[in-house]
This record gives sequence, C-alpha cells and structure tokens, in this order.
Amino acid sequence: MLAAVGGVTALLSWCIYKVISIPGSTEHIHSQADIETPDIEDD
Amino acid sequence: MSGTNNGKEAWGSRIGVILAVMGSAVGLGNFLRFPGLAAQYEGGAFMVPYFVSLLILGLPLAWVEWSLGRYGGSQGHNSTPGIYLAVWKNRIAPYCGVLAIIIPVMIYMYYVYIEGWCLAYSLRYLFGHMNYGADPLAYENFFCDFVGIEGDGAALSTPGVGPFGSAVLFTVVCFIINFILIYRGLSKGIEWFCRWAMPLLIVCAILVLIRVLTLGTPDSKLPEQNLLNGLGHMWNFDVTSATFRKSLCNPQMWLAAAGQIFFSLSVGFGIVITYSSYLRKNDDIALSSLTASAGNEFCEVVLGGMIIVPAGFIFLGKAFVENPPSTFTLGFVTLPNVFNQMIFGQAIGFLFFFLLFLAAVTSSLSMLQPAIALLEEGLGLRRKASVAMLGFITAVGAAFVVYFSKGLLALDTIDFWIGTFCIFVLATFQVILFGWVLGIDRGFEELNRGAEIRIPRFVKFIIKYVSPTYLLVIFGFWVHQEFFKVSETPDKLTRLQQIRESSVVQLSLGFIVAVFILFVLLVSQSTKRWRAADQTKKEVAS
Repeated sequence: MLAAVGGVTALLSWCIYKVISIPGSTEHIHSQADIETPDIEDD
Repeated sequence: MSGTNNGKEAWGSRIGVILAVMGSAVGLGNFLRFPGLAAQYEGGAFMVPYFVSLLILGLPLAWVEWSLGRYGGSQGHNSTPGIYLAVWKNRIAPYCGVLAIIIPVMIYMYYVYIEGWCLAYSLRYLFGHMNYGADPLAYENFFCDFVGIEGDGAALSTPGVGPFGSAVLFTVVCFIINFILIYRGLSKGIEWFCRWAMPLLIVCAILVLIRVLTLGTPDSKLPEQNLLNGLGHMWNFDVTSATFRKSLCNPQMWLAAAGQIFFSLSVGFGIVITYSSYLRKNDDIALSSLTASAGNEFCEVVLGGMIIVPAGFIFLGKAFVENPPSTFTLGFVTLPNVFNQMIFGQAIGFLFFFLLFLAAVTSSLSMLQPAIALLEEGLGLRRKASVAMLGFITAVGAAFVVYFSKGLLALDTIDFWIGTFCIFVLATFQVILFGWVLGIDRGFEELNRGAEIRIPRFVKFIIKYVSPTYLLVIFGFWVHQEFFKVSETPDKLTRLQQIRESSVVQLSLGFIVAVFILFVLLVSQSTKRWRAADQTKKEVAS
C-alpha cells in the first residue's frame, strides 16, 4: 500500500512542482485574451 | 488546409488544460470501477498488472494522443478525422476517425443517465431521503425501481420513488447542464467548470477519506472488522504465497487491469487528441500529459482505493469480501447501506455522491467536444447549430438507453461494444499511427518539441513495439473470453449468444450501426470541404 500510494503521491507532487516552478507557464495564455464562441461574437 | 473554426477556440491557461484533461479522466471508473476490480482480484495482486499496464500502455498512449492532437492542431484541425488526415495522407484516414467520434458520443448516451443517478442520490442524502434502515434489500429495491431495472420503459412510467425519485428528471437536468457548458465553449465552458469542479471534487474525496480512516472498529462485537484489516484486504499481498502466483497467472486479471487503465486515463476515447489540438505548436505536452495522468492516478489509487473497499469491509465484513458486488451494485446499493451504518453517514453520503456527480460532469463534457469539433470544423456549423445537432443525436441515444432499462441491457450492450471493444481498436490504431505511420522518430520529435521534461529514449521502443504487441495480445485474449469461452455460470450467455437471443441487444447494435453510418456521412461531407479548401489554397498560391 505504501509503495502504491506513496509512489503516486510523489509523482503527482513532482509534476505539480515542475509545472508551477516554470515561470509564467501556469497562466500562459494560448491565444487571444478573450475567447468567444462564434455565436456570442455575432451577438 | 484549414478548418472553419481554426484559431478561434483555445485553452485559456496551462493549468486549465491539465485540469480539463484530468477532469475527463477522473470519473466513475476511479471511485467505483477501480475499487470493485481490486476487490474482485484480491486487492494487492491486482496492482501488479495495473501498474504494468499504466507504464507500458497508459502513459505512452497518453503521450501519443497529446502528440497527434497537437500535430493535427498545428495543421489547422481540431476534429479527429481531420487530425488523422493530417498525419496519414490517405483517403481512408478520416474515416478511421469516425471511431474517435462515436466512442465518446455513444458513451455519453448512457453516461448522462448514470450522472443523473449520482445527482439524485446526492440530493436525496442532502435532504435526508436515503435512510432505509439496516435492510440491504431496501436499498436494492429502491435502486431497481429508480432506474427501472424491472422492465423496459419502467424508468419512464414511474413518477418517482418519493422526493427526488425520478431518474429521468435528473438525467434531463444533467443533459441541460452539460449542453449549456458545451455551448459556452472550450475556455468559458469546459475549462471554467473544470477549474473549480476538480479541486472541489478532491476536497470532497479527502473529507470522505478522512471519515473512513477514522472509523477504527465501529462494532466492538466484531473486532476483526476494523480499519487495518479493511486496508489490508484492499492492499496486502504475499509474494511468496501460491495464491498470489496463481492470481498473477490469471489472464482475466491482466485484461481487467488493461481495460481499467484505458477507461481511467480516457486513452483510446478520441478525447485527449481533440483537447490537445487546441494547444499551440510549441506548448509543452510531455509534462502536461504526465501531470494529468498523475492527477488521475492520485484520484484513483489514493482516494478511490482507500475509501470504498475498506469501508465495505468494516461494515459488511466477509460477505463483502467473499461476494464482491458489481460496479453499479457497489456504488448504488452497497455503499448507501454502508453510509447508513456510519456516524455522519448522511453527510458522507452527500459528499460522496456529489463528488461522483462532479466527476461525471467533467468526463461527460469531454465526451461532447470531439463531435462539436467535427461539426464546426468539418461542416462549418456555428455553435448554436452544432450544439443543437449533437443535442438531438445524444438525446435520442439517451432516450433509447433510458427506455430499454430492463436489466440495464441496452446500457450494457453499448458499454461493451463501444466502451470496451471500440476503445481497444482505436487505441491500437493510434499507437500504430504514431509509431509506424507518422514514424517513431518524427513522432518523438513532435512529443519533445517545447517539452519541459525529458522523456527517456526507451519510451520510443515501448511505443513502437511493446505497446502494440501488448494491446494485440490482450485484445486476442479478450475476444476469446468474451465471444467463445463458455461461462461457468450456466445462465450467463456469451456475447454471441446474447446477439442471437435478445431483441434489445439486436436493437442496440442496430442503433450503434445507425450512429456509425451517420458520422461516416458527416465525415465524408467534411472531407469534401477540406479538399475544396485545399484546392482553393493551391489556386491562390499559383
């Protein structure tokens, strides 16, 4: 139990650490700041 | 080549896309199916094939899907048929993508029904309508009446078993919630919902876990039914014992473990490939994929694995161990009985079913996006039209599942053919597409572009040789077991016998074929539009 639970928890913790430790990557905007669906744009 | 919606929709943030993929993966399978399988296959022994499958199937296939999706997205495609065409310049390539559309769409048709059960159960707990005393049969009777197991149409004709007693009503509510979120779009709908639902789900699961871990020995007359023994039943194994070695030689356990990994990580569904197509060309996918998979495993192994089986063992003892219930019975009959015997059981029951509801919504949203992507990119439909069209198709399917509720046969048939058979086929196709058609070196280059972690080179070998071989071997065993092996239980029919003898099974298969043909026609129309767009581009360029 300890190996499975500990291993999975350690993997997730490491991944979260890597994701948040890279500057600017967590809230990195992938395209336009305000994305609308096509219909909403029309309105 | 460009889709009509190219460049319009995208993820708002990296955390958002990770939570959306994690939300797609975390579902009923994590909290009900996984503990049910672990209990069935002697707990600890099941974890060996489970982790082997995770390492040589789950993680590599997740990387494959993320890479194919981002590659297709960079070529202007968000729908799986378009992505396959971008990878494999062959006339039949987009038609292979039909499978990646109908798998999530058809799973949605029954998943939304179960989602309705979860919402109804959580509200019944919240308002104190789930106390049926100590009689286990009372919980079973309620569940059977609630979902209409007794006969076809029973769920529709029943006005409801007391307050919040109509499964159909809650299915409609869930259906509307899902389509409102889908209409709002990728960033403002799916991502927005997953950003608050996933943390809330984990908080609910941790609260339930804390309650289970503080149960101790509730009945002093039954000292052996305690927490440590419950955890031991779920997790312990003795590598030197003959039982352990015998379990490991059981091919059914390996099949179940591989199936669980597919179901759990949502690989082979056509979902991750669509989600990742909305990323930019140089966005990281290696770490994002691993993080989403790790988050899913945390929910499954740590939260799912430590709640249900120990709680069931503590309150039901050997009866629970010797005759482990099926997934639905475990979730909707056994657990309410367990919660009833627990101090603060009403609150825990509400939290548990509410977290199941959240998990189901985040998963069902992801099942709708691949078809939306096809309708908008391939047919050029606007959001209102695409949502209306998909809403109609899935409403017909959900009504079919709800109506043919006797023994949940329609649900079971669609789950078997679409939710198991087609997933194996699609996963095998995708791993071959990546390793052999795109080429393992080119595929690995795609995977590593913008990567924030270094993926070991041996993963290449695993994706090219080990994963397809493992998939084909498992698939061969599975086909033999399901279609040809005569069951030890005399009244249990093989799948082929079911097709011959049950009209509901025949109707369900007919319905699957009809949906398949519909999407083949839609893909055919999309392919014509893509070709025309290509032609126009060439003419402009010349």
